[in-house]
Amino acid sequence: MKNKTVIPIGPFHPLQEEPEFFELVVEGEKVVDINVHLGYNHRGIEKIAESKTFDQMVFLVERICGICSTSHPIANCNAVEEIAGIEIPERAKYIRSIIGEMERLHSHLLWLGLAGHFIGYNTLWMWAWKYREPILELFEAVTGNRNHYAMMKPGGVLRDIKEEDIAPLLKGLNEVEKKIGMLTKAALDDPVLAARLKGVGVLSKEDAIAYCAVGPTARASGVDIDVRRDEPYAAYGLVDWQVITQEGGDVLAKTVVRLLECFESIKIIGQCLERLRKVRGEIAVKVKEIPPGEGIGHHEAPRGETFHYVRSDGSNTPVRLKVRAPTYVNLPTCKVTVPGESVADATLILASIDPCYCCTERIITINNKTGQRELRGEDLLRLCRKKTERIRRKLEK
Amino acid sequence: MLANIFYFIVFPGFLFTAVIGLLASWVDRKVTARIQWRVGPPWYQNFVDFFKLLGKETIVPKAAKKTGFLLAPLIGLIGVTLVSLILWRMNLEPNISFMGDVIVLIYLCMLPSLAIIIGGSASGNPLAALGASREMKLVLADELPFIIAIFTPLVRIASIRIGSIVLYQQANGMMLTHHLSSFIAFIVAFLCMQAKLTLAPFDIPEAEQEIMAGPFIEYSGPPLAIFKLTRSMMLFTMPVFLITMFLGGLRFEGWSILWSIVKYLLILVLIILVKNTNPRLRIDQSLRFFWLRLFPLALIGFVLALLGL
Repeated sequence: MKNKTVIPIGPFHPLQEEPEFFELVVEGEKVVDINVHLGYNHRGIEKIAESKTFDQMVFLVERICGICSTSHPIANCNAVEEIAGIEIPERAKYIRSIIGEMERLHSHLLWLGLAGHFIGYNTLWMWAWKYREPILELFEAVTGNRNHYAMMKPGGVLRDIKEEDIAPLLKGLNEVEKKIGMLTKAALDDPVLAARLKGVGVLSKEDAIAYCAVGPTARASGVDIDVRRDEPYAAYGLVDWQVITQEGGDVLAKTVVRLLECFESIKIIGQCLERLRKVRGEIAVKVKEIPPGEGIGHHEAPRGETFHYVRSDGSNTPVRLKVRAPTYVNLPTCKVTVPGESVADATLILASIDPCYCCTERIITINNKTGQRELRGEDLLRLCRKKTERIRRKLEK
Repeated sequence: MLANIFYFIVFPGFLFTAVIGLLASWVDRKVTARIQWRVGPPWYQNFVDFFKLLGKETIVPKAAKKTGFLLAPLIGLIGVTLVSLILWRMNLEPNISFMGDVIVLIYLCMLPSLAIIIGGSASGNPLAALGASREMKLVLADELPFIIAIFTPLVRIASIRIGSIVLYQQANGMMLTHHLSSFIAFIVAFLCMQAKLTLAPFDIPEAEQEIMAGPFIEYSGPPLAIFKLTRSMMLFTMPVFLITMFLGGLRFEGWSILWSIVKYLLILVLIILVKNTNPRLRIDQSLRFFWLRLFPLALIGFVLALLGL
């Protein structure tokens, strides 16, 4: 038997911005086995939720993840609304879909950049993130925040998308679409990139089903699942769009699925915005009390199906919240995709399921001489509002 | 004797190469930053980095072989200094060239890679060992086409002295534009140089996202500074090697000073562009690339040179 070495990826590693530990058992460059150790980042969210009211819980679950920060609130609201048997107003449905799809756009671009970074293509990384920036600015203009949009609440949405915001949003998305189109073409036509991505880490359709993979990871293996279509919520049943699938199952197929999904997202947002012009009325129904019962909420997050289970005993706080994030089910697929590949590909395959990263920090400025913080919370808030104003003015021009 | 020490330490040896090399690395960082829509560092950034590292603690891991671990950076540094010294002396005074000096140069060019392999293997870290083994494979891959490509113009003028190729080009114009064989050889040598500089798409040995800088993972303080300096100096000497062989050499009389600088900057920017428009290849892919694509190409160039083209 040849010598086996263990190559650690994690708990702290340039590949993972979050602590996760992968043990690669290698023979030379070839990976023969992989062990996954999770649980370095336990924050007790489910326990904390039990001490919060239903409205506060949405605020809490929004902080589970910085990138898919609206997926958890949507799933959570769906669950609470199922308990209470509430049908949200039509206008709120469109707004939920718009925010959810804009999140998918920026999340997929973020992933594309990271994937580029992981194969040493830093130019692609910077370009993808440059093109992601306008989407975050649109978010700031519409919701007031780049991340953690705080738009959802049980019964509807917290803020309306105003009539005068619709035109700049459409224009901004139009530009984003052009840039994503350019990026897609550049990324998919590059022969060197294709050499690195094609046939790497193939997840067969059978394995994808056996491991219960979700989201783009499953769809790239030809498994035609999408919660948005299979169990329509928000406005997904009311607009026209397609589920993107690919047959390859390799990293290239995952890339293609994500890139093409961006165009579907833009299509959904465009239709929703057009409908918003016609549909008037409330943006939320009043939720008096949550009866005892259980509810399940799904949302197709950028990484796959986010699942929330909420149980209520009739009081104003839930007795149980259970969250299942998509990465949790997608991660075990590396057991079949990684062994047999080289170390160089292993990192890329691990990244190809798009594990969730948190990246929401702003800034701290410290005066060098006095060591005091120059900007306190209120200053930052003021700066934030100023910048939001500036972005809004720019968009309205 | 004193003159020789001056040549080695000040000009055109260590100090000169180090300063220009660090500036060249700044050009690399700045151009890369502009391509990626970033601002990039100020011109003195690499000097600051270097002196900062010199002031840091040197940590030798328990599992490391101490002598090899600490000597390796010096081997690389001496190698690249000698390459620079020989190249510049030959360019400035072609007549002191000796028989077979190009062979010496090719050997010395290997030293930095050898240093990385020794240092990586001596540091006792599995990631460093993996990096060292990748470096070894990369050297095996790029060395053969590189040697053939470098010998192509020499075969064309039937001499193995650097001095004679410099003189030949001064009299007849640069090899690259006048001979088809040299043109092919230049392309091969350029891509091999990219691998020797371990820049993308061949930055496989130190792939930061896979094996966290590979051989350098355990290095800190002055030894790391020396490794970084060696890399920067390579970024200066390797293009000079190519300019000497294919682009008419470097001359320091009148307007040719400017022309020499322009030639160097052109090659540097070309290197940076290739680096920034390619993802990192896998080691098996680069092996296949060098042996199955570049080696036959280099052979074609060599045969053409034998035929007198």
